Amino acid sequence: MDLSYTPEQQAFRTEVRAWLEAHVPSVPLEHYDATREGFEAHRAWEATLKSGDWGMVTWPQEYGGRGLDLIQWLIFEEEYYRAGAPGRVNQNGIFLLGPTLMEFGTREQKQRFLPPMASGEEIWAQAWSEPQAGSDLAGVRATATREDDVYVLNGHKIWSSRAAFADWAFGLFREPSSERHKGLSLIFFKLDMPGVTVNPIRKINGHVGFAEIFLDNVRVPVFNRLGDEGQGWHICMATAGFERGLMLRSPARYQVAAAALADLWQARKETADATLEAEVVRAYMNAEAYALNIYQTASRLIAGAKIGPEASTNKIFWSEMDIHLHQTALAILGPEAELLPEPGEHEWLDDYIFSLAGPIYAGSNEIQRNIIAERMLGLPR
Amino acid sequence: MDFTLSAEQQMFADTAATLFGDVCTPDHWRRQMAAGTAIDPDRWAAIVDNGFTLLMLPEAAGGLGLGELDFALIAQAAGYVALPEPLVESAGIAVPMLAALSPDHPVLGDPAATVAIAHPLNLVVANADTAAAILLHRDGHAFLAMPDQVSLTPSATIDPFRRLFRVEWNAEQAQDLGEADWDLALDRAAVFAAAQGLGLAQRSVDLAVAYAKDRQQFGKPIGSYQAVKHHLASAQVAIEFARPVVLAAAAAVSQYDVYSRARASHAKIVALEAADQAARASIQVHGAMGYSWEVDVHLFLKRALALTGSWGTPAFHRTRVATRLFTRLTGPDQTFAKEAIHA
Repeated sequence: MDLSYTPEQQAFRTEVRAWLEAHVPSVPLEHYDATREGFEAHRAWEATLKSGDWGMVTWPQEYGGRGLDLIQWLIFEEEYYRAGAPGRVNQNGIFLLGPTLMEFGTREQKQRFLPPMASGEEIWAQAWSEPQAGSDLAGVRATATREDDVYVLNGHKIWSSRAAFADWAFGLFREPSSERHKGLSLIFFKLDMPGVTVNPIRKINGHVGFAEIFLDNVRVPVFNRLGDEGQGWHICMATAGFERGLMLRSPARYQVAAAALADLWQARKETADATLEAEVVRAYMNAEAYALNIYQTASRLIAGAKIGPEASTNKIFWSEMDIHLHQTALAILGPEAELLPEPGEHEWLDDYIFSLAGPIYAGSNEIQRNIIAERMLGLPR
Repeated sequence: MDFTLSAEQQMFADTAATLFGDVCTPDHWRRQMAAGTAIDPDRWAAIVDNGFTLLMLPEAAGGLGLGELDFALIAQAAGYVALPEPLVESAGIAVPMLAALSPDHPVLGDPAATVAIAHPLNLVVANADTAAAILLHRDGHAFLAMPDQVSLTPSATIDPFRRLFRVEWNAEQAQDLGEADWDLALDRAAVFAAAQGLGLAQRSVDLAVAYAKDRQQFGKPIGSYQAVKHHLASAQVAIEFARPVVLAAAAAVSQYDVYSRARASHAKIVALEAADQAARASIQVHGAMGYSWEVDVHLFLKRALALTGSWGTPAFHRTRVATRLFTRLTGPDQTFAKEAIHA
């Protein structure tokens, strides 16, 4: 164990910091889920990132990355959040589908899909859930009917983040008359194809960024299937491992928020409830613990391990600490908590509302606890 | 940057877990409770034979000269069996302090001898009666006395395996070893208490898992019900997010600055919270059996309770974390921060 950065890692941090200082927009962009303009501003930011070769630093160079390791990725993320850089509008692509494509895709598929993903030219939505298939994802009913080199897609997907404005979606479809975990395939489709209807859904924060998707005889080439026909469940679970385990919620996000909370406390402690200091310290400890856990996981993966069911513990931890952190901020704000922030003020309220989604998306925390109990602890189903 | 254990460390930890698993079984606990003895001679001999008492002793004093991370792995294994013997207090805390003050002291020449320590943060001293020597605190100095040179009053404790004493003594009867590093002793003690907490917590979960697979109600194992699963999953989450803190804290003790002290304190707070959460979840999952002396979970609940209040309360340790948080830079680039080294 050596918990210090090498000179190369320190130099990398300096390089990232310098580039971000020169390029991060001084005025925050409108949220990518708020309007089409906000979405496109974030796409333009992705292109700027790509111009500095920062699209997805862990990917091989031939697919639009830099071939860096997970420790360097963590350093990049730390500097990214520290700089207050814009949210990654293509996170469904770069953090979820990308690593899955890397593992299961053919060389041709990687060449076709990864570079425009890394540059933000093609922004991705996830199309897994259906009205009758939420936590019970194996209950999906949308179908993919094979006709020679084409799949004909039909069905109704819902709760697809970014789908209101995104270009592509990766969906879970089943062979007609197949059941449960069998006969599923992961298939990509463009959201502007004939037969695709996207209806935005307004979230509790007022944004429209997620959507329901109707597919009516949508024809896509077989090339758009990731992995073997019928292998979709296996691939989805691998994607979910990335989603819950490592990439989607990098520790830096919470460490920046915990530092902001400490500043808020220092500014308000003369008038706020004195017992809240313990909660501020708790929020800091939680963010540190999460960071240390992820550094440990990254080191293990570099040493050759694979992400397993412990990914579910991460998802529970970050989602619950995020709510605690923001509840603490609102408690410090007291009677001001309900007031919408002035432009430029920290958006504690909006971040709190967003934190409430954490225990629901990427597999509800109840499902995560089932996974931990059954696959880590070995309790019966 | 590498957050993995070395093959040697992993092997040491596995050796300790195997040994403790063999010599500290539920049968051993019951026999020892019935006999009321502090030390099981066979078990202690096996611990000594494996070199665990020499781990933190410098090589110059005849020890293995290993560090806090190595010892923390042993402490974790000791927690998993609620080890009755004062291995952690003696070999992890008192022996390295004595070696720093008096490297040639004859007590250090006997690997089977234990040293007790009266730290100013604690009310009582563990296993003072069977110790070859006791380290005592006065005005920053460490004094060394033999048990028969001081007055020992037993303090009854809820933990059946802890033997605690109040110590009365005067300086004429003890040897003044000079100014001692009581803060370093505290950092080590906090980290090793945390490491024991990880072991206590995991054992509580494991006992409950075994019971929940076996115990049937409504025609099914109770472990198939989500309400039961979720108690244990939550306890496991607490363990998973305490473990890396404990390991990082152990690796940083020798850094000896506001950052390493805060991390040791963080580790102690969360690992013992995990131990308490896991023990209470385990009692709940065991139902009425969990409230009985027959089921061993109570040993883990009680040890967690004892360690939570020893070597600094949670409030004491939270203050040390707050000092780091409010007086130093924070943020994602500061996770592994150190004080600049002074010449």
